[in-house]
Amino acid sequence: MFSTKNFNRSKPVLFILILFPSLLWAFQFVTGNLGVNPIEKLMDELGLMALRLIIITLMITTLSNIKSLKSIVVLRRMIGLFAFYYVCLHFSTYIVLDHFLDMQFIIQDIIKRPFITFGFISFLFLIPLASTSTNNIIKRLGFKLWKKIHYLIYPVAILASMHFYVLVRADKTEPVIYMGIIILLLLHRIFKRITRPQLAQ
Amino acid sequence: MKILGSEITPYKTYLNRRKFIKGSLASAMLATVTSSAFANHDSDLSIYTKNLNENDKLNSYEEITTYNNFYEFGTHKKHPHLNSGNFKPSPWTIKIDGLVKKPQTFDLEKILSNVTIEDRVYRLRCVEAWSMVIPWQGFQLSELIKMAEPLSSAKYVQFVTVFRPEEMPGQQKRTIIWPYREGLRMDEAMNPLTILATGLYGHEMPNQNGAPIRLVVPWKYGFKSIKSIVEIRFLDTQPETSWETLAPWEYGFYANVNPNVNHPRWSQGTERRIGEFKRRETLMFNGYEEEVAHLYKDLDLTKFY
Repeated sequence: MFSTKNFNRSKPVLFILILFPSLLWAFQFVTGNLGVNPIEKLMDELGLMALRLIIITLMITTLSNIKSLKSIVVLRRMIGLFAFYYVCLHFSTYIVLDHFLDMQFIIQDIIKRPFITFGFISFLFLIPLASTSTNNIIKRLGFKLWKKIHYLIYPVAILASMHFYVLVRADKTEPVIYMGIIILLLLHRIFKRITRPQLAQ
Repeated sequence: MKILGSEITPYKTYLNRRKFIKGSLASAMLATVTSSAFANHDSDLSIYTKNLNENDKLNSYEEITTYNNFYEFGTHKKHPHLNSGNFKPSPWTIKIDGLVKKPQTFDLEKILSNVTIEDRVYRLRCVEAWSMVIPWQGFQLSELIKMAEPLSSAKYVQFVTVFRPEEMPGQQKRTIIWPYREGLRMDEAMNPLTILATGLYGHEMPNQNGAPIRLVVPWKYGFKSIKSIVEIRFLDTQPETSWETLAPWEYGFYANVNPNVNHPRWSQGTERRIGEFKRRETLMFNGYEEEVAHLYKDLDLTKFY
């Protein structure tokens, strides 16, 4: 049995562990150690990290159904906010480093390239999630409304994995694995809703 | 689009033209080439730099040999460099068949003894919107075609990459239908810009770049420049090519570099030159418009992309 206390204690360590890659990549980028095409590499790493974190937040909710892991849910907010942090870095790398603030080009890119459209919408949907994450706001909105807003994580996860899937030219194994995990986690929620509707408000 | 005068100079004039590169630039380029890459060679960089255009700079040996696509060794751009160590590029033969006077198999040695190897510094533009400048050594494909003696009915040339899954780990997975195939129209194949390359930077072709012999078609996206060729077939109909077969809505047979025809995944208007921070504009036919535009004057390039 893991208590809320156990999970709360692990938070500082988790915080550093999840933050660390971004610092490392920034350092490698500045010192020229991110390979032959550093901007592409930085963007790929940040995006992949964001997608993995989004999937982990979904997993946490599922894991919290297991009695002994019930309290794991206290980690969800931090990991969710870190997902947003990595998405923001990913997006700003695209805007600033990749396209050097050429807004006309970027807008065309977002409209015309399906994979960028998916990624961009996914980013937009994350904004209301991240901005309703303090206790204060949850209280003000009421738990029910807050929960409704946070259903947006489903389209976010699906769009983010599609963003990755479409980007890959051949050998789509990795994006398919992520999509598979997301679909399984969603199916589990639907199943739960059908079998125990009173628990899944 | 603005094209520099230097970029539309016919190839021969451009080869012969002496360019006086500033000492500082030359030494900067020397510094970017790892010393180990030149340990066994007396290659003189000035041989290559004098063939450069005003705003082009050679990419380093390290950049060219550690970052490229060669799915036979894996789908990541570092995989060819990491996974090509067990590949054996010698001995090597090339089978010539299809619409030729006499189908035959040539030893690579024999082919090389009949041609003149020359330096060609070309821009290479990948369909993924990155590019490099590479000093190849090779000979014109037209020389081999003459040796092959195709029939007058031959309108297309097809190329096939070697299939050796035990040496090429990427081939153990069906990411592409192996072996890799590419093709050119006969007039494209005969164009003086089209070469079969056997080396780069004065080295024998590294395994990861398509040892021992590969095609280089500088006005087309990189995937047309098929690597490690074992078979050349002459045909009267347009051959199937690997990427077109895999995703015909994305990749066409022609695959000419064209900033005005976008790929669904990448805008082709700009590119990142490896080693540069800001993107640069992509040039029509990768800057070889003067030499090749006439090949396509009757072709709708938005339809035949």
